[in-house]
Amino acid sequence: MKALRRLGFRTVNGIAHLGRLTVFVGDIGNNVVRPPWRFRRLVDEIFDVGVLSLVIVCLSGATVGAVLGLQGYVTLSRFGAEGSLGAVVGLSLVRELGPVLTALLVTGRAGSAMAAGIATMVTTEQIDGLRMMSIDPIDYVVKPKALAMLLAMPMLNALFILFALFGGYLVGVGLLGVDGGTYVSSMENAITFEDDIAGTLLKSAIFGALVGMIATYRGYTSEPTSAGVSASTTGTVVTGSVAVLLFDYVITALWGV
Amino acid sequence: MSAGETEARVRLEDVHLSFGRHPIFRGLDCRFPRGRISVILGGSGSGKSTLLRAIGGLVRPQRGVVWVAGEDVTRLSERELFRVRDRIGMLFQHGALLDSMSVFDNVALPLREHTDLSEHDVAAEVERRLGAVGLPDTGALLPRELSGGMLRRAALARAIVTDPEIVLCDEPFSGLDPINVRRIENLFVDLNRQLGLSLLITSHHIPSSLRMADQIVFLQEGKAVSGAPKDMRHHPDTRVARFFAAELDAEAPEESEP
Repeated sequence: MKALRRLGFRTVNGIAHLGRLTVFVGDIGNNVVRPPWRFRRLVDEIFDVGVLSLVIVCLSGATVGAVLGLQGYVTLSRFGAEGSLGAVVGLSLVRELGPVLTALLVTGRAGSAMAAGIATMVTTEQIDGLRMMSIDPIDYVVKPKALAMLLAMPMLNALFILFALFGGYLVGVGLLGVDGGTYVSSMENAITFEDDIAGTLLKSAIFGALVGMIATYRGYTSEPTSAGVSASTTGTVVTGSVAVLLFDYVITALWGV
Repeated sequence: MSAGETEARVRLEDVHLSFGRHPIFRGLDCRFPRGRISVILGGSGSGKSTLLRAIGGLVRPQRGVVWVAGEDVTRLSERELFRVRDRIGMLFQHGALLDSMSVFDNVALPLREHTDLSEHDVAAEVERRLGAVGLPDTGALLPRELSGGMLRRAALARAIVTDPEIVLCDEPFSGLDPINVRRIENLFVDLNRQLGLSLLITSHHIPSSLRMADQIVFLQEGKAVSGAPKDMRHHPDTRVARFFAAELDAEAPEESEP
């Protein structure tokens, strides 16, 4: 009985959260289409999300690409198809690994920082301070952060893929002796703009919107305590990562991207 | 409406507010006259800060009415509240300055958001306000580079930069040394006398409260008792008033002027 009650409470709580999240997202959307545009704040936030994530994204990309090159070569050589290494590495990265791994990395680095930043503003009454100055915190604080995540994610994804392709090339061509021309041409033949490049950009934009929404919501609705800051940060990473993986399946199943 | 009611810029009627099962206000009635300094006293957890937050529309009571500048803030949407908040400045307990911005940008923020002043005029206004609170040449500093007293004064400069009618001050003296207490107290008195601001100040600091207040409001068990400082001191008719009177007597020798 107690377990049932707890389940009921959690279900109701979850539905209430979803309702609040919907209103929150509606509020952001409402502010996005209305001036003031706050370009300067948007640029600052893109710097925080994008530029400060460059090192981790590029390094991870190169490493993932190198591992893919190694594993792909071992598998393909069993079938005598080493020449398709470029296509396998390229397609895996562009269609799946690039957007997903970039979103997970950015959730861990920038999403958590975003949630912690807003939650700290809640705790130190900076958000209430803005409200008392008749400045809408959703417009001033949340909107630029959420938009920055949406815009930066596809760019980071592109960089991740670029560095991963380079890592795969280094291992496949430089280390394992696959012909460079074959590697590049098999990749060129396999990847199309409409299906693959546009798809990966769309996917990462959706992940960006998702992570931005979760991070800002968790920060904005956090308890005004240090424990609240910590919970919002952890919650962002956990919820954001699971949401990215779930949506990845849904997008792939629905649109084949 | 009586003459007394038109004079009251802020008025609370039968306000009931609780957080979960913990009641804060149980039918609170009080009024804060225009152009006066009102100090709100009460023990920890008596709802002093919550009272200011209710006046600012940051928390909504479950029942009752909160009149601010002629509008019932309990019935206004967040966007409609902005209209009322344009007439209010608020000094938060820890300043609540945006920590990513310099002191100058913090004080300039309301002007940049709500006025069409040129950057030159904004700069002049900010420097004037920082000078008025005794913080000239601190504009370039970040909030974390300021001491507690300086932080409160910078926050006060931000609170008054748009010339509000009402200034809410949450525990402005807490954690400050006696010199800074006196400095901020004098600032409040000057603002009140020169600009005619209505100041609502929560405090635990009895000597300064008695020195500057035109009205003292005691919060006790979810209700308010108010009166002039002299009446409160000499005719303590509540448990809280007796408590604070005793506190005053204990603190008086060290606070006395040479």
